[in-house]
Amino acid sequence: MLLPFFEWCETVWLGRAVIGSLWLFPVIEAVHLLALSVLGGAVLIVDLRLLGTGLKRRSPLELWHDARPWMIGAIVGLVATGIPLFLSEPIKLYYSNSFWLKISVLPIAILFTFAIRPRVLAESVRNTARRQAVVGALSIALWITVAAAGRWIGFS
Amino acid sequence: MSLLAFCEWLMATDNSTALRESLFMYPLVESSHVLFLFLFVGLTVMLDLRLLGLALTEVKVSEMVDRILPWVRAGFAIMLFTGVLLFYAIPVRTYQSVWFRAKMIMLVLAAINIAYFHYRVYPKVAGWDADTRLPWIARRAGLASLILWAGIIVAGRFIAYNWFDCDIQPQSAFVNWFAGCVVAATD
Repeated sequence: MLLPFFEWCETVWLGRAVIGSLWLFPVIEAVHLLALSVLGGAVLIVDLRLLGTGLKRRSPLELWHDARPWMIGAIVGLVATGIPLFLSEPIKLYYSNSFWLKISVLPIAILFTFAIRPRVLAESVRNTARRQAVVGALSIALWITVAAAGRWIGFS
Repeated sequence: MSLLAFCEWLMATDNSTALRESLFMYPLVESSHVLFLFLFVGLTVMLDLRLLGLALTEVKVSEMVDRILPWVRAGFAIMLFTGVLLFYAIPVRTYQSVWFRAKMIMLVLAAINIAYFHYRVYPKVAGWDADTRLPWIARRAGLASLILWAGIIVAGRFIAYNWFDCDIQPQSAFVNWFAGCVVAATD
């Protein structure tokens, strides 16, 4: 059902331009990795704190306020580079399990980070340390799944 | 024994061959090397952004160093371990890669920057620990770190591409010199 859409994606000029160039795909891919690194820092600064380590003198909520602009910037950078990468090989991706795993977990990770995790951040640490630790671990697991599935696309 | 001869010897060892030709081990090591960017470069960036006054400005610099640097060190240990394995699997081509060589040069520069920060900048932290805008020597160290690690990531990713490989000739004289290619004389 989605295959016609993926076939149409293959005709979009942006993907054509990426395929037509020797350098474009690797350069965009490298920027994708740079943005991934920033995302890692923005995620871990908060999640390490939830796990009871890292910057303990500041509340998780305060750390999230500090990290949020970088988190948003990293996601914007990852999506902006991810789209041309996708458009350059949509049919290969259509048949890639790693791609479908990545694209399914990604919205969950975003939703978790911006809608669910902030609720736990605001809670007092005294009563909710265990719940915070679970949320921190879950957040790391979700983002690592997205990144690992993304890397695995290249091996399939 | 030249370094090239050493790499050729390394490549012929059984374990190097096994890793190079393994169906899952090599991709696994390679993926780990990439994924630990998340931890290692991610937290390095946060440290650098703090030095530049662009993030976590309410956190003392000394707290960043005490609480975040141990994670950065652990991340680097894993990067180094997986990186050595990747070199071990494909020694000759990697040794003669312009991107690998550029990456190693930038790693040395990053090490110098870290030593400079550790011995010249950080001992004076008490004077500006809680400041948002740090002295230029501290900001400079953060900026140099950001630029160098970005360059290291890009160069590292490009090792996978064969644009400048020695076995694809002709290459420019610079590439052949920088990559240490052994080019047969043409008549």
